[in-house]
Amino acid sequence: MKLIIAIIRPDRLDSVQTALRAVLDEQDYFRLTVQQVDGHGRHEGEVEYFRGQAVRAPLVRKTQITIGVNDQYVEPAIAAIVKGARTDATGAIGDGKIFVLPLEDCVRIRTGERGSTAI
Amino acid sequence: MSTVVASISLAMLAGASTVPVDAGSTAWMLTSSALVLLMVPGLALFYGGMVRQKNVLTTMMHSFVAMAVIGVQWILIGYCLAFGTSIKGFVGWNPDYLGLHGISHLSDYADKGIPEFVFIMFQGKFAIITPALISGAIAERVKFSGFIVFSLLWSTFIYDPIAHWVWADGGWLFTRGVLDFAGGTVVHISAGVSSLALILLLGKRRDYPHGAILPNNLVLTLTGAGLLWFGWFGFNAGSAVAAESPVAGHIAGLAFTTTQTAAAMAALVWMAIEWLHRGKPTSLGMASGIVAGLVAITPAAGHVQPLWAMFIGGLSSVICYGAVQLKGKLGYDDSLDAFGVHGVGGIWGALATGIFCSVLGAGAINGLIDGDATQFWKQALGVVAAVGYSFVGTLAIGGLVKATIGLRVDANQEREGLDITVHGERGYHLDVQ
Repeated sequence: MKLIIAIIRPDRLDSVQTALRAVLDEQDYFRLTVQQVDGHGRHEGEVEYFRGQAVRAPLVRKTQITIGVNDQYVEPAIAAIVKGARTDATGAIGDGKIFVLPLEDCVRIRTGERGSTAI
Repeated sequence: MSTVVASISLAMLAGASTVPVDAGSTAWMLTSSALVLLMVPGLALFYGGMVRQKNVLTTMMHSFVAMAVIGVQWILIGYCLAFGTSIKGFVGWNPDYLGLHGISHLSDYADKGIPEFVFIMFQGKFAIITPALISGAIAERVKFSGFIVFSLLWSTFIYDPIAHWVWADGGWLFTRGVLDFAGGTVVHISAGVSSLALILLLGKRRDYPHGAILPNNLVLTLTGAGLLWFGWFGFNAGSAVAAESPVAGHIAGLAFTTTQTAAAMAALVWMAIEWLHRGKPTSLGMASGIVAGLVAITPAAGHVQPLWAMFIGGLSSVICYGAVQLKGKLGYDDSLDAFGVHGVGGIWGALATGIFCSVLGAGAINGLIDGDATQFWKQALGVVAAVGYSFVGTLAIGGLVKATIGLRVDANQEREGLDITVHGERGYHLDVQ
């Protein structure tokens, strides 16, 4: 099992969800967690104006999605996220990053199931 | 009928004038007083929205506490110092006025057809808003207790005398014919210049100018600007009380018109400048333009024609915008541009009054545009007097507070935010259920 954490542009969330639904659907809705995060990489904060004085915001607003997947779905999930999150075919600075972490265990709280079936 | 006769007799016993109380004037002055007070919560919103989230409440508290502190001080001693019997034209004194204990509610104000209490209340609102204006310069780092004591001392020793000079019978600028229709000198120059003195004593915010300091809620700022514009009609048109009797008349109508015109033009001009300078017309810019126009027309409202009011407002935006950019270059921390807008706009407005004036009560007056510089030089005298006294006086009072109670919060409080460290509250809990 793997935990995939992807940081994407907030306005790409819809297309990422659509792309993931296509590869992860098992006659059931796929599961994910969405958070609003701030950070920076090569994508710099916006410039805002305060009475004519330019102020650059220190951080950029992004969206972070977290999904747990079974091993055979890792590569399809990554491909789906990349396709949904890129601004256009070539991509642009600020499109985001995906982290793949090993997932020790997973528990469904309602039933107590553990492991691959609980994901 | 008999109750009317009885109240007139009582009024005469109380030493009132022979001009009967005019219902329309009294109603308008009561309304104006309430409108001016509404400007204080309006100012709280205007300023509050511009600071960082962690300081929104403390910034609003500065305006609210002025309503409380000066609201009391005005009754106890403020009115006496401002409008008491003149001592050499410098300050007023009349023991009857202390706590208003010697003034009957049946007493009338001069020959203006309104009760004296109504006039006292109207003037008191101006005294209240002036220290609240200063709070804009010192936002996000001033010590709350220090601010309360400073406001009390400043209002007593700076505001009350200046109000006396300009508006009281016997005041030395009043007798020399210096014009200040609604408080461009008394309120805006004094507040703006005093702000400059105070920030020299206080120092910059730790995060200025290199940190990203952005407004936490411009929605509040715009709302505040709207309330300020609305309330300013009371500020300016209500000030017709000094110019005509009955009050609710032609001068009030003129002042209302010039106020509207100046604000509208100033808003357009500021927006246009930003659009050209930065490519984007900001909402904060629009709000700032509105205020810059209103400040500038304040001393001139009942003295100039509407077309000149438009010019006064428009040029105010140009000058104030420039002053704010200059602040960026000079690097002093006038957080919310109390000097840049109120000080600079007030000075322009006072001088503009001398340039464009044509109306004086029921009569006429020449301005510089008529080729007569007399009034312009009188206005310049008023500006110099107010600027000098405000600046030096504030250095003294501010210095005293700094040396005793302290003017500034400590580094930790400033870093954490004054709402939680000083007031034990947070302005927003939007993320909590």
